[in-house]
This record gives sequence, C-alpha cells and structure tokens, in this order.
Amino acid sequence: MKTPHWLVTALATAALLAGCSSMPSSAELDAKANQAIKSSFRDQGIAKTDRLNQDLGQSACSSDKPPSDAVADKIMAEALASVKLPANGQYLGDWKAGERLAQDGRGMTWTDASTDPKANGGNCYNCHQIDKKEISYGTIGPSLWNYGKNRGINDLSSPAFAPIAQYTWVKLWNAKAFAACSNMPRFGYKGLLNEQQLRDIMALLLDPKSPVNQ
Amino acid sequence: MRTQTLIGLAVLALCAGAQAQKSTADGIAEYRKMLEDGNPADLFEAKGEALWKQKRGPKNASLEQCDLGLGPGVVKGAFVALPRYFPDTQKVQDLETRLVSCMVMLQGFDGAEIAKTPFGRGEMANVTALATWVAAESRGMRFNLPQGNVAERESYEIGKRAFYFRGGTHDFSCASCHGESGKRIRLQDLPDLTKNPGDGIGFAAWPAYRVSNGQMWSMQLRLNDCFRQQRFPYPGFGSEVTIALATYMGVNAKGAESIAPSIKR
Repeated sequence: MKTPHWLVTALATAALLAGCSSMPSSAELDAKANQAIKSSFRDQGIAKTDRLNQDLGQSACSSDKPPSDAVADKIMAEALASVKLPANGQYLGDWKAGERLAQDGRGMTWTDASTDPKANGGNCYNCHQIDKKEISYGTIGPSLWNYGKNRGINDLSSPAFAPIAQYTWVKLWNAKAFAACSNMPRFGYKGLLNEQQLRDIMALLLDPKSPVNQ
Repeated sequence: MRTQTLIGLAVLALCAGAQAQKSTADGIAEYRKMLEDGNPADLFEAKGEALWKQKRGPKNASLEQCDLGLGPGVVKGAFVALPRYFPDTQKVQDLETRLVSCMVMLQGFDGAEIAKTPFGRGEMANVTALATWVAAESRGMRFNLPQGNVAERESYEIGKRAFYFRGGTHDFSCASCHGESGKRIRLQDLPDLTKNPGDGIGFAAWPAYRVSNGQMWSMQLRLNDCFRQQRFPYPGFGSEVTIALATYMGVNAKGAESIAPSIKR
C-alpha cells in the first residue's frame, strides 16, 4: 500500500518540530522572568527584596505596551484616592528649602543608612529643568521653569492658586493619579518625602517670590 | 599621577572653554575627548593579558585554553558575541561569568567564592582586568550575538521583561531612563537601550574606566550600580537577570562597533 502524500508531509513536519526545541509561550516566559527576578536579588542594607513585590501600578506598567484603558483608569482612581492633602490647607513652605531638596538626588539606595524621608532628596533636577540658573538638569520630565507664573499665579490670592496648588500637590503625592504609568516617583504615597518637604518643593514651583517664577 | 595630570588639563580646558564663550556641553565634550588621549584602562588591559597567560590557581594553569565561545584560546571576536550559550556549563554566560567558569575548570578556583567577592577586590579585580583585556581584543568589531539556541532566545526574552520591570521605592525600571532616545539625567546623556544606540554607546562602551572614582567598571558592576540607583535590592554577580539584561542589550546593539574599554566621567 502506498503512503498518501499528505501523511508523508505531516510526519516530516512533526519530525522537524520535534528536532528543534521550541520557544516557551509568552506567558511561560513571563513566569520565567518573574522567577529570574525573584532569584537574582538579595537584601542589602535598607534595600530589601520586598521592593520587588509589585503593586498594580508597577506590574501593569512593566512592558513596552501600556495597560488597557480599564486598568489605567483603575490605577489612576486608586492613586487619586490615596492622596492626603496638607494639614490646614497649607500648601506652601520655603522655596529655598525646596531648591535644596530639588538639587538633592540622595536616598533609599542600599548605600543609604535610613528610609526616613529626612534622609531623602527630591531628585527633581535629575529629570526637570526648574530654576534656569541651574544648567545641569535632566530632560525625562518637562521643564518647570515659570511653573506658577505660566499658570497665572502672580500672587497667592489669585483665583488660579487653589486649583493649581491642589493639582500640583496630588501630582507630587502620587503622580499616577493623572498618568497611570508616569515616570515620576510617588513621593508622598511611597513615603519618600514628608509633608513639610513637599510644601517646600511646592513653594519652589508656585511661590511668586521663588526664582522659578521670575 | 597620570590621571591627576589629565584632570588638571581637563579643568584647564573647561576654563578655556568658558572664556571662549563655549557652551557647557562643548566644554564637557572637550573634556571627554582629552580623557581619551590617555585611558587608564590600558593598565587594566595589560594586567588582564598577563593574568590570561600566567599559570595560577590550585591547578597552576593558565587561561590560554579557555573557550569564550569561539573555541579554546580564541579571544579576538569573542567579546562581541557574548552573552551566548555554553554546552559545558549548560548556561547562557556573559564575559565575566564565562571567565569565572574558566578559572574554575582550568585553574581550580572556587567560583562561588569569586562571585561573592566585592568588585575591585581579590580575584574579582582579576576577573575585571581579564574582561578588560578580552574586550579590548575585539575593539573596533561589531556586536553580533548568536541567537540560534533556544536558551539564548529565552535569555533575550527574560532580559526584555527584566528591562521593563518596575519596582522599588521609586517605581523605576531600566526603561525609565533607557527606553527613549535623546533624554538626559542632569547633563548625562542616556542611551536608548531598546535598540542599537550607536557605535561605542551603551553596551558597546563597557568595561570602562571611570574617572570620577578611579575604578575600572565591568558590565556586571555597571548593571549593579544601575540597580542601586533604581533603588532595587542587590543583584547577585552573574545572576540570571544580569545575564539576561546583557543578552537583551547585546542583541539590540547588533551592528554597533565596540570601543570597550572606554573612558567615562
């Protein structure tokens, strides 16, 4: 009996497939990658391996593709709900202290001694232009030069102040409130800066007397 | 001594630049150019070559029969094709972990002991010097990592996922800084490592001598310090994530010319 042509082809294909080991599926690769990440790191100083346990805002923003609209909306809503507005509605501190924090990129690495916000800087100039006098600034975030002035805040009694101050506070507290996969750290939510430090950075951006708004 | 003179000259160059109303970026570019004239990496390169040929370790053997992927003893061209899969260890290995395997197999060293030695000390310093020399032997060649083996393709895919993995106190991933072209941290240009960032940029520039701290930095140390700045916990030397990231960057850099060992600020 003659073997049908299609059977020969099928058998040959099967043999070929068996001969070359095949790639795992995308989901299997996800699992392997997570396993690799879990097994590749160890605690060092204040930087413990629990930093690899992702929340939704981290896991959903961990690929070259953005999350679905539904997931992004959930992240943003949760982020907005997480925000603690400043005590007594006091939004602004000292812009000079804010400038020092903006310059300071320290904190929270395994070579830092403490996780207390007092030991941390704001890292702002790493990614943003702020005061134009500082020429060493990064470009991952937008320029913040004239941040308050551009938004119509010429004095603190101007009607523009309250909504802009609240928006800016929310952005600093948890940037995911406005962009699910923002590159900006969640300074308030993650305990990177305390309320007074946030007020000082707010003043750098919004105080009409701050060099940023000249 | 040599470095101090260089820095002195570079500072002079910066001052001269300021007088000539040059931009800061021009001044920095000039500073970097001057540094290239005398790269202290040369010293590590020479040390590495001597270590390769020297009989050492419990077995009193040299590394001259070490197989870096192109056959025993073949050094030229090996660097631009790593990481790759090695049948004898059944692992994808980068240059440094492969060198340690050779030190174990040929010379009888304790690999686990080397892996936990801090950078810049003891046998780890020797691994860095060896890597510097091996990389230098491929200077001017173009990256072309093999991806024929399933383990190599898997390493790439795991590396890609690790590259985008966000975590830590600041929500950073590698992609936070290296996922787009034309960005900077302060004045430091950031290579886009999701594609070929260009000749001698990113993966094609390390190992590198770092003027700011006077140390020779291997790719393992480069990755280690990236994770420190990412506020991640500590990556083990030669751990799977570090190899996978190197595979991801190396494959993406296909066609880029290696200038390693280079010099960095």
